[in-house]
Amino acid sequence: MPNMLKIEKIEKYYGSRSSLTKAINNISFDVEKGEFVAIMGASGSGKTTLLNCISTIDKVTSGHIFVDQEDITKLKGGKLNKFRREELGFIFQDFNLLDTLTAYENIALSLSIQNVPANKIDEQVKDVAKKLNIESILNKYPYQMSGGQKQRVASARAIITNPKLVLADEPTGALDSKSAKMLLESFNYLNKELSATILMVTHDAFTASYASRVIFIKDGKIFSEINRGNSQRKEFFDKIIDTVTLLGGDLNDVI
Amino acid sequence: MMLFKLSLKNLKKSIKDYTIYFFTLILGVSIFYIFNALDSQTVMLNVSKNTHDLIDLMNQILSGVSIFVSLVLGFLIIYASRFLIKRRKKEFGIYMTLGMSKRKISLILLYETLSIGVISLGAGLVLGIICSQAMSILVINMFEADMSQFAFTFSNSAMIKTIIYFSIMYLLVMIFNTLSVSKCKLIDLIQAGKKNETVKIKNPIVCVLVFIIASCILAYAYYNVTVGVNNLVEFSDLLIQIALGSIGTLLIFWSFSGLILRLVSSSKRVYLKGLNAFTLRQLNSQINTTVISMSIICIMLFMTICILSSASSIKTSLSTNLKKLTPVDIEITKPINAKKTYYKPVTEEQDKNSKTSIRKSLEDLDFDINKNFKDIVEFSSYVDDNITWEKTLGKEKEKIKKDYPYLNLQGKEILIEISNYNKLAKLYNIKTYSLEDNQYMIIGDYKEMTTIRNRALKSKTPIEINGKTYLPKYTECQDGFIDISANHINTGIILVPDKALENSLEAVKYLFANYKTENDTKKEKQKIEDKIISLENHPNSNNTILNASTKITIYEASIGLTAMATFIGLYLGIIFLISSAAILALKELSESSDNKERYMILRKIGTDEKMLNKALYRQIAIFFFLPLSLALVHTIFGLQVCNTILETFGRMNLLTSILTTSIFLIIIYGGYFLITYFSSKNIIKEK
Repeated sequence: MPNMLKIEKIEKYYGSRSSLTKAINNISFDVEKGEFVAIMGASGSGKTTLLNCISTIDKVTSGHIFVDQEDITKLKGGKLNKFRREELGFIFQDFNLLDTLTAYENIALSLSIQNVPANKIDEQVKDVAKKLNIESILNKYPYQMSGGQKQRVASARAIITNPKLVLADEPTGALDSKSAKMLLESFNYLNKELSATILMVTHDAFTASYASRVIFIKDGKIFSEINRGNSQRKEFFDKIIDTVTLLGGDLNDVI
Repeated sequence: MMLFKLSLKNLKKSIKDYTIYFFTLILGVSIFYIFNALDSQTVMLNVSKNTHDLIDLMNQILSGVSIFVSLVLGFLIIYASRFLIKRRKKEFGIYMTLGMSKRKISLILLYETLSIGVISLGAGLVLGIICSQAMSILVINMFEADMSQFAFTFSNSAMIKTIIYFSIMYLLVMIFNTLSVSKCKLIDLIQAGKKNETVKIKNPIVCVLVFIIASCILAYAYYNVTVGVNNLVEFSDLLIQIALGSIGTLLIFWSFSGLILRLVSSSKRVYLKGLNAFTLRQLNSQINTTVISMSIICIMLFMTICILSSASSIKTSLSTNLKKLTPVDIEITKPINAKKTYYKPVTEEQDKNSKTSIRKSLEDLDFDINKNFKDIVEFSSYVDDNITWEKTLGKEKEKIKKDYPYLNLQGKEILIEISNYNKLAKLYNIKTYSLEDNQYMIIGDYKEMTTIRNRALKSKTPIEINGKTYLPKYTECQDGFIDISANHINTGIILVPDKALENSLEAVKYLFANYKTENDTKKEKQKIEDKIISLENHPNSNNTILNASTKITIYEASIGLTAMATFIGLYLGIIFLISSAAILALKELSESSDNKERYMILRKIGTDEKMLNKALYRQIAIFFFLPLSLALVHTIFGLQVCNTILETFGRMNLLTSILTTSIFLIIIYGGYFLITYFSSKNIIKEK
């Protein structure tokens, strides 16, 4: 399978020369098309910085990031926005839904900013809503929804454009365990049935256990990497916990 | 001292955020100073006593207007500061969780208001003193005084007045602030930052209904001030229309955003294009939370446009009228049969003397008419018990009475023999007329009245004088006048064939003349004018009733009127404009900083910067131009009323007044709009 995402020796430094913080210190890895990869690490390990660099919200200090063979570290200005809106889908911890718009309008927005004709938008929104089981709340406003519903609306918004890569930043961070489970089931559905490539950042072992591969990051470097292979989710979860223990127990809130 | 430092720091921060507010305050202070300093600028002008009296009157009116202006500014300042406090609830919440007492928070605000006050007063006064020098030039120009009188002026009293008025305003703000802080609860303050905004969607059907009702109310008010303008007899009738207009405006804004949202969202093609859905929702919530301010601003803009265009049309029509309507230097009138015809009580002596000619009366006052006057024309006007308004309106009387209930139908008409009028018309260099033996005609130039008279003339209403019947020669009033004046005020004079009035009652003797001078200079004319004015002090002056109007006094009066209209128009217009623009700008800026998060989200999902800016521009533009456009619609109808009120000044010169007004609107309102857009763009910019 071709690489959907290829990360080559990227580094990200913050601060001045006198007090340098290496948020990312020489990280390389690949994500294949249709993979569901989780990145784990304690707070401050650099995982969010990594995600920001991939999503072009932040810029790397050195190294290259290829999305579908295109070097996105070389993109600028308008092209960057175009890339972001056409090739990537985002799911954020705090949902980032526009509170003045209904669920329907929030989902439609990511198509309308691509100037997709209105009749197509309507069709696609209804289609994706059906798949994520949010048809009944399409006309509700964010403040009328539960956290899980909000996050599924956000997921719908992220995948409606058929992005090459879906980036999720702590998607279950603000959800109770039941909603989290429902959301992750939806992720599985997106991954398996719609073959979406998902890269998810989390510090929660349960959330990570839904992925097909987990990459552990510590102090800006890759610490280890485990594959789910054919094992059950429960087994995989135990493996993750083992690695977390190995990491030094920095992840206090693993479950 | 710690508190003071904190408030200074806050101030620095907010100066950057609310440049527009500070700018408006400074502008307000300086305008207040400029118009109150006019007093001291005009006092030193070398102009005649008449002009001086007018200037005094103008300054009195201006200082009255100042009170009104200070109310408007006070409202603006309190509104703005309440607004700024609301925006800082989170900050106060942090202070309070750190253990600061409410009293201390109030103290911080007090220091802040004090600093704002001192800075804006200082800067505003400096700006005002500089700008009032430019105003001096305008003043000198206006009163046609000598340019060499220009000197740097500084008005102590205006400065003190400005300081006092604004201190009171700031004091009120301090009280308000303290009150609003003491009412705050900590939990509300802490949670103020969390925008758990519940979107209130109004029922679209209700919106449509309200919109229709509002339109009907406005249409009714519009109808009353245009077609039915003649029924607006009392000032209170006009106030009712204004109240109706205000209610209509309020309801329009209340229903407008819901209606538009409903309309646009029903067309998915438009609604789902680019950021339209987002922009519309933004506008919807923005307009919904500002219905009252929007309405007030709309009405203020409406008044501004009316005031500015009326002022400018008074100015232009006065100067054109003057040349046409004062063709001679002096007109002297004298009531004959004073007891019967004069409107004031008359002494026996005056009544006895009222039969003598004006020439003779002037000689009695030791005034040499041949030495001072040339081009003399003399004649008398007559009245007839039989010739009243009622009679001249004839058959049309009942209908006209219904349409113009305030008309005095018992009023006696003025009658003049045609040959006498022609003598005067030749001197005036205007059209002369001729009449057959059985004909009469009416001259008039006050349009409101001539339209009434034309109805009667069209139906060939006959009149009867001394047993003989006369028919109108023309079906319309003809242009013409006898009294010199600054405006078209001739409500109608009936011209009849010579000898028709032999048995009628002589009412007024007239004498028209030019001043006899060698070189026709202003100085020589003024000398004769002074002689005439001094006749008032002659020991015999109380024995006869003589009234004189002269070209010079009319000129001076109308210059004063022009100046008054211009200055009051400018004063109110500018204050209204900056107040309304400032409120909109403040609201919009705070909206932008509240919505930073939303723009961030849009950016994160990949919206183009161009698209974002376009959405922002549209949002601000619509927000600014919504009240303006409704105000413009109001103006189209409202100007009709101004037009009627200002009828005596002649027809409004619409083009020039619209031009002047739009220049003001574009510069001030447009300026505020642009500044708001650019600052908003800055606020939502990615850091």
